Amino acid sequence: MSMLEIKNVSKHFGGLKALDNVNLSIRAGTVHAIIGPNGAGKSTLLNCLVGKLIPDTGSVMFDGNSLLGIKPHEINQLGVSRVFQTPEIFADLTVLENVMIPCFARRDGAFRLHAFETTEREGGIIEKAEQILIDVTMQDKRHMHAGSLSRGDKRRLEMAMCLVQDPKLLLLDEPTAGMARADTNNTIALLKDIKAKRDITMAIIEHDMHVVFSLAERITVMAQGTPIVEDAPENIKGHPKVQEAYLGTQAA
Amino acid sequence: MDAIILQVLNGLDKGSAYALIALGLTLIFGTLGVVNFAHGAIFMIGAFVAVTLNRLLSLSYVTLDPSQKNFLGQPLEVKNAYVVSWFGDSFGNGLINWSVPIAIVVSIPVMLALGFAMERGLIKHFYHRPHADQILVTFGLAIVLQEIIKAFYGANPIPAPAPEAFRGSFDFGVWLGFRPNAIIYPYWRMVYFLFSGIVISGVFAFLRFTTFGMVVRAGMADRETVGLLGINIDRRFTIMFGIAAAVAGVAGVMYAPINSPNYHMGMDFLVLSFVVVVVGGMGSLPGAVLAGFLLGIVESFASMNEIKSIIPGIDQIIIYLIAILILLTRPRGLMGRAGVMED
Amino acid sequence: MMKINLNDKILMLIVTVVVLLAPFILQPFAEGTALAQFNAGYPDLLQRIVIFGIFAIGFNILFGLTGYLSFGHAAFLGVGSYSAVWMFKLLSMNVIPGILLAIVTSGLFALLIGWISLRRSGIYFSILTLAFAQMSYNLAYSVLTQFTNGETGLQIRLSDPRVLDGAATNGTLPSTNILPPSLVNGFEMRDTYQLHLGNWLFQFNTGYYVTAVILILAFYLSLRIFRSPFGLMLRAVKTNQTRLNYTGINTRPYTLAAFVISGMYAGLAGGLLAAMDPLAGAERMQWTVGGEVVLMTILGGAGTLIGPVLGAGFIKYFENIFSKINDTVLHHWFSFLPDGLQNFAVDLIHPFVGKGWQLTLGLIFMAVVIFLPGGLVEGSQKLAGLFRRRTKKTGGGPDEQHHPKTTPHVAE
Repeated sequence: MSMLEIKNVSKHFGGLKALDNVNLSIRAGTVHAIIGPNGAGKSTLLNCLVGKLIPDTGSVMFDGNSLLGIKPHEINQLGVSRVFQTPEIFADLTVLENVMIPCFARRDGAFRLHAFETTEREGGIIEKAEQILIDVTMQDKRHMHAGSLSRGDKRRLEMAMCLVQDPKLLLLDEPTAGMARADTNNTIALLKDIKAKRDITMAIIEHDMHVVFSLAERITVMAQGTPIVEDAPENIKGHPKVQEAYLGTQAA
Repeated sequence: MDAIILQVLNGLDKGSAYALIALGLTLIFGTLGVVNFAHGAIFMIGAFVAVTLNRLLSLSYVTLDPSQKNFLGQPLEVKNAYVVSWFGDSFGNGLINWSVPIAIVVSIPVMLALGFAMERGLIKHFYHRPHADQILVTFGLAIVLQEIIKAFYGANPIPAPAPEAFRGSFDFGVWLGFRPNAIIYPYWRMVYFLFSGIVISGVFAFLRFTTFGMVVRAGMADRETVGLLGINIDRRFTIMFGIAAAVAGVAGVMYAPINSPNYHMGMDFLVLSFVVVVVGGMGSLPGAVLAGFLLGIVESFASMNEIKSIIPGIDQIIIYLIAILILLTRPRGLMGRAGVMED
Repeated sequence: MMKINLNDKILMLIVTVVVLLAPFILQPFAEGTALAQFNAGYPDLLQRIVIFGIFAIGFNILFGLTGYLSFGHAAFLGVGSYSAVWMFKLLSMNVIPGILLAIVTSGLFALLIGWISLRRSGIYFSILTLAFAQMSYNLAYSVLTQFTNGETGLQIRLSDPRVLDGAATNGTLPSTNILPPSLVNGFEMRDTYQLHLGNWLFQFNTGYYVTAVILILAFYLSLRIFRSPFGLMLRAVKTNQTRLNYTGINTRPYTLAAFVISGMYAGLAGGLLAAMDPLAGAERMQWTVGGEVVLMTILGGAGTLIGPVLGAGFIKYFENIFSKINDTVLHHWFSFLPDGLQNFAVDLIHPFVGKGWQLTLGLIFMAVVIFLPGGLVEGSQKLAGLFRRRTKKTGGGPDEQHHPKTTPHVAE
């Protein structure tokens, strides 16, 4: 069963064709990597999935719902969470508060005027938040300001914020960009652990082939705004079309 | 038809003032990324340069004229302006008469200096602070500037008359072939409109045709890249701040004969100028000028009795209503670019 | 967790005690002494401090928590005042219906303005609110004069219906009350009990205690909002709206709710101003009044609980004291100096006092924004931190992790 079904999606910026008739299907429960050279349209595609951009044509179906024309928060409420290339966290809030907010969002929906409850007495929420911090081994930093965390910790925090929502689909935009090798390996381990423990589908955009081949069960290669190959990782290595795309030799 | 032309003309002088202030605001905003709440105060100070010069030139001493008697039979006290006794009758009185145009020459260095001082002394330190802080500190500065003026000049408006040759009105309608007295228009307002046209063209020509202007325009579009080219953008931006201050200053000088300046005229114009900038599109110089004239003219139409009898009080709120409508339908204003101040 | 709650209880207790005892605390100098002019314990000033405190507490819920800088809150203050005066004219001189109507109408007005203004953020939002404030002022001053009585301002008259109070009997204008004088005496807002202790005079005014109790309630409500999940969401809006959207939160209703709540606080303050003195003028709606509440909040410390009240107290107190200082007072102060120096000193200070108070205010405001963006609260915390470091050189102070910095900077 496919969790995400992208059909005939195109997106133009002025004269530039960022996405050209993209068809892509992501099966439930898999880790699906999207790779490709710079300017292949990977990030544009991701932005079309989360409601930041609206495609010119085509359809995006997620778990039986269309994602087109609805707002980012509505898409999230359907069960899609996103990790950004530069971590988007609440820098002025504490680590614990950072993970509590997604818990509230899951429990209370897009808006609730809970002005007379006391945050500290929200039993279920606090426990859930503390648990996810244990899962990402950040429990000892829970009272720190998120803005003062190291880059690696910010990334872990952002992942925790997404995971605590129990998303059906987790979108990761270069989750190891700018990381040192050790941090990258930690992230790989963390994602593997998440995958083992939860029923989750992941779509991951990544440049680091080490990460891609450590995690992905399925790989789509994009070039010039369109997917050119989709296959299992072992078949992708050495695929002639992929080499063409990366080395820039034009196919006829 | 003549009524329409009259309203357009009536809107031009206020529109010119809006356009000149909004132009400066946009220059500062576009180059430095700072929302300058003290810009209205600069306009006001310009007007007070005219007042000051008029007062200085009219400084006089008192002599007794035995040939004339007052009602008590004593010699009449006669005021003699120093400039008249120094430079002779015709030249001295001419100076007093032409004090407002002379004030323009005086005001340009004064306003440039004020602008440089503001930028180097205060604004510079706020480039990396949140916009809210920039608004707040310039708002504080505006209060300080207007209170200083109030301390020196009091709270009442002080007139600074136009040269005699430009006082009074002329029959503009006859020129256009209408019946006499259809369109009566004060000379000075026409002067103000022409003057603002010259200043605006000057600023645009400066930005368009000089290397300096080219760098500034490039900096407005993409500050980082220009910085990377090894061009000292900061110094140029300081100069731009001075120029923006000078534009607002001369706008104030020339406005003094239209409405006698008072210390809070800056704040009054500031709010409307912000509305003008937003309507024109934040960061767009042509937008600021266009919206300035447009809103000035619209305001003038709304104050026609025919319109006011249909919707009472519309002249008081029309500009704000238009601003709100524009922001709701065209969030970037008339000529705004994408991505300016959109968080 | 218990600790935070305990701290809040202590804070609440301090605020309650200080506010209730303010007529004593702010009256430290004996009558007739040279220092008596620094007393602030008289009803009119106390009420103003408290009312503007309420205004600033409400403003802080919007600006301090969400970072949305509104210049238009004076409009809600004005709407509150007009509503209350209309209630005094039509229904009764009892302040309760007036205040309730003030809260309701300003809330509705805030809903309308907020709904439009909150479509934009940052500078656009500030400018939109500014435009709305100025438009409301123009409307009140010269357009809707049948409701506002234009320039003169809305006042009560003998001929007003006041259906609940019955006809005025003795030909004088009635005054506002909290309990009708037909039932109990001594509950008119202007009633003051004077206590002479030696050379000291203490005044206990009904109106002050009515506003004081409302301030305590308003402060408690704001504390609850700060500590609630709703308050957490508002702080999240200030720090990262993008993440909030991608976390499934719709930020618009949150910011709108904060805008309306703070508008209702402003309306309440406006209603109380009218309850103190039953008239309402358009000048209350001028955007510079909105600027004043921004100033109070910043000065005290935006985003902190107690800051806005401190800021309001500070500004209203010094406004009052500074405005009273004239040249005669200055000459008296510097009388120990020789004549020439004395005149020089007086000339030097003259522009900053009396009618020049606004200049001092502007300078203070700039100084705070430049040097102390966290306001008085942050300033005192820094001072306390310096002091603590000096006394505890061993470094055994409470660790950073369990005392995270709670004052976020003034930010967009």
